[in-house]
Amino acid sequence: MTISRRSLLKGAGLTGGASLLLGPSRVASAFTAPAAPDAYGVLVDLSVCEGCHACEEACNEQNGLPKPEAPFDAEAPLGVKRRPGGSTFTVVSTYPDPAHRGEVVNVKTQCMHCLEPTCASACPVGAFTRTPEGAVVYDETICMGCRYCVAACPFGVPHYEFESAFSPRVQKCVLCLSRIREDGLVPACVDACPAEATTFGKRADLIKLARRKLLDPDEGYVDHIYGEREAGGTSWLYISKVPFEALGFPMNLEMQPYINLTKGAVKAVPLVLVLGPAFLMGMNALAKRIEEGEPAPVPVAAHHDAKNGGSGHGR
Amino acid sequence: MVANVGRLRRHLTPFNIIAGLILAVGLVLTVLRFGFGLGAVTNLDDANPWGLWIGFDILCGVALAAGGFTIATTVHIFRVKRFEAIVRPAVLTGFLGYLFVTVGLLFDLGRPWRVVNPIIGHVGPSSVMFEVGWCVFLYLLVLFLEFSPAALEWLGWKRVRGWAVKLTIVLSVAGMVLSTLHQSSLGSLFLLTPGRLHPLWYSPYVPVFFFVSAIAAGLAMVIFEGWLTHRFFPDKIAHDAASRAHFDSLTLGLGKAAAVVLFAYFGVKVLGVAGDNHWALLASPWGMWFLVELIGFVALPCALFTWGYRNQSVKAVRIAAVLTVLGIVLNRLNVSVIAFGWSAADPYVPSWMEIGTSIAIVTTGVVIFRWIVQRMPILTPHPDYPRH
Ligand code: SF4
Ligand code: SF4
Repeated sequence: MTISRRSLLKGAGLTGGASLLLGPSRVASAFTAPAAPDAYGVLVDLSVCEGCHACEEACNEQNGLPKPEAPFDAEAPLGVKRRPGGSTFTVVSTYPDPAHRGEVVNVKTQCMHCLEPTCASACPVGAFTRTPEGAVVYDETICMGCRYCVAACPFGVPHYEFESAFSPRVQKCVLCLSRIREDGLVPACVDACPAEATTFGKRADLIKLARRKLLDPDEGYVDHIYGEREAGGTSWLYISKVPFEALGFPMNLEMQPYINLTKGAVKAVPLVLVLGPAFLMGMNALAKRIEEGEPAPVPVAAHHDAKNGGSGHGR
Repeated sequence: MVANVGRLRRHLTPFNIIAGLILAVGLVLTVLRFGFGLGAVTNLDDANPWGLWIGFDILCGVALAAGGFTIATTVHIFRVKRFEAIVRPAVLTGFLGYLFVTVGLLFDLGRPWRVVNPIIGHVGPSSVMFEVGWCVFLYLLVLFLEFSPAALEWLGWKRVRGWAVKLTIVLSVAGMVLSTLHQSSLGSLFLLTPGRLHPLWYSPYVPVFFFVSAIAAGLAMVIFEGWLTHRFFPDKIAHDAASRAHFDSLTLGLGKAAAVVLFAYFGVKVLGVAGDNHWALLASPWGMWFLVELIGFVALPCALFTWGYRNQSVKAVRIAAVLTVLGIVLNRLNVSVIAFGWSAADPYVPSWMEIGTSIAIVTTGVVIFRWIVQRMPILTPHPDYPRH
C-alpha cells in the first residue's frame, strides 16, 4: 500500500497511552455506534488550514465534476457558510477570528461520513451504504429522488441535481473510496493539502492523535473534537483553536445516531399491524352484540355462570 | 353557480370554463416539469429540498383524505349506523384524495418512474418513508376496493358487487390499521430532523400530532364536503323535511366528534410544548406564529364546534370545519416547509408554477369527483340496493 507521505498518521504507536491518559469515562463516552474498528477517517486541524482551496480543485478533478463559476483560488465571502454542491463536493468557507481582529479561520466542509448516517436512515430505498472503510456511498441506480436524505442530513451536505430532467442524482463526497480501496491512496483533497491540515488514518487513531493535541495547554485548542460524538460520531473529525460556534458548525446536534430518534416509531409498526386488527375486530363484535341487545361480554370471573345460561357469546 | 349542471347548459358552465383554463395551464406545467426537470418549475434547492408539493399535495392531501377511514371505521367497525349515508362520499373523497396524493408524488419525485422501487424490493429497512410508501400503496388499493361497490352498481355488475361488499369489514379494518400507521408516520418523518424543524413544532410526539389532527381533518372535510355537495348537487339528494333534519343532525354529530378530537389535539400539542419546556420560545416571533396556528386554528374551531353542537347551529359547525381544514393545511405547511426552513438563510417561497400545478391537481380531483357523483350512487343509494 503506497500512502501519501505527508498525510498518513503513523498511528499504531499511539494506541496504548491515550486511553490511560484520558480516563475511563471519556473513553466510554467516545461514541455509541458500533463502528468498524478499522474504518478510516480524516482529522482536520482548522488552525493549520491556509484557505488555499487546493482541496476543492483536487476534488473537482478527481470526481470529474464541471468547473465552478468562480475560480478555485477566489477568496470565499467572509463569514458565509458555503454548502458543498455539484461542482465541489468539498468547499472551504472563511470566518473572521472573533478573538484576533483581521485574522480568519478557514473551514473545509464535505460529507462527514457518519458512523450511522442519517441519510441512510432516511432513504426509503436503501440507496446509501456505509462501507467497511467508513465511506458513505450512494447508489444512483435505485434512488427515486424523494430528497429525504437532503432534508435530513444534519450537516447539510447532499446536493440534488434539480436541474436534471431525466437522471437527477444526489451528489456528495464519497471519501474517494476507489482511491482508498483499490489504489491504497488517501483521498484527493487530503493529498492536495499543502499545509497538512488534514490527516488521513484509522478513525480510532485519529481520535487519539486529536486528544493528544488538545491535551497540550500551550497549543490553546478548544476542548472539543467535533465529530467524535456529533450525530453518533463521524469519520471526519475537526479540532480548532476558535470555538466551533463561530465557524458555522451546527451546534444543536444530537449526540446520538439520528436513527435512534425514529427507532421507536419504526418498532411500533409490527405491533400496530398485529394488535390493530385484533382490537378492531373485538370492537366490532362488541358493537354488534350491543346492537343486538345481548349483554355486554361477561367479566372473566363471572364467565362460568354465564356459560351455563348459554348466552353472552357466539358472534 | 353550478346549481344546474347536467342536462341543458352541458358544456359552457362557469365551472367548466374555469376548470378548463386551470387544466390547460396545468398541462403546460406538466410538460415543463417532466420535460425540463424540477429545477425548471420549482424554487427548490439544497437548503429547501421540500416545498409546496410535499407540504400541500402530499401531507395535506393525506390528512384531508382521512375522512374515508374515520367514517368507514365509525360505521362498519363501531357500527354507528346513522352515519351510513356519508360513508360513500367520504370513501370517494378518500380514494380520490390518495389518488391525487400519488399524482402529486409523481410530480415531486426526481425520478418518478422509480416510485415503485420501495415496493419491488429496494428496502430502506430503517426508513420511516419506506413504511409510509408501503402503507399508502396498500391503502390506495383498500380505498379502491371500498369505493368499487358504487362503481359496480353503476355498471350493473351485480355478482362482482356482491363479492366486493363482502369485503367491507376486512377493508375497514385494513383501512384503519394502515391509516393509523401512515398518518402518524408522516409525522415520524420529521423525527429525524430536530435541528431543522423549529423546536416548537418538533417534538417526540409529532407522530401523535399527525394522527390526531388527521382525524379532525377528516371529520372537518366530511362536514365541509357534505355542505358543498348539498349545495352543488341538489338534484342528487332528497329535499323533504325529514331528510334535511337528518342531514343537519349528522352534521352536528360530526361537529361534536370533531370538537372532542380537536380538544385532544390541543391537549397533546400543549403537552408537546410542556414536555420539552419550550414555553419561553412562545414569546418569539416564531412563538407568535405557533400560537396563531394553535389558538386560531385549533382552539377556536374546537370552541366553535362545541358551541355549534350545543346550540344546534349547523352554520357554526360548518364554519368551524372550514377553520379546521385551514388549520391542518397551515400545520402541515409549517412542519414541512415554513417552520422547517426557519433557520434557512434563504427562505423558500413556491414559484407560481408550483402553485399552479397544485391547483391543477386539486381541480382534476374535483372534476373527477363531480363526474362520479353525477353518475354513480354516492350521495343517494342505488334503487336496486337500498340501505337498510
Ligand atoms: S454527513 Fe450527511 S450525507 Fe454525509 S454521511 Fe452524514 S448524513 Fe450522510
Ligand atoms: S433522494 Fe434518493 S437517495 Fe435520497 S433519500 Fe430519496 S431515494 Fe434515497
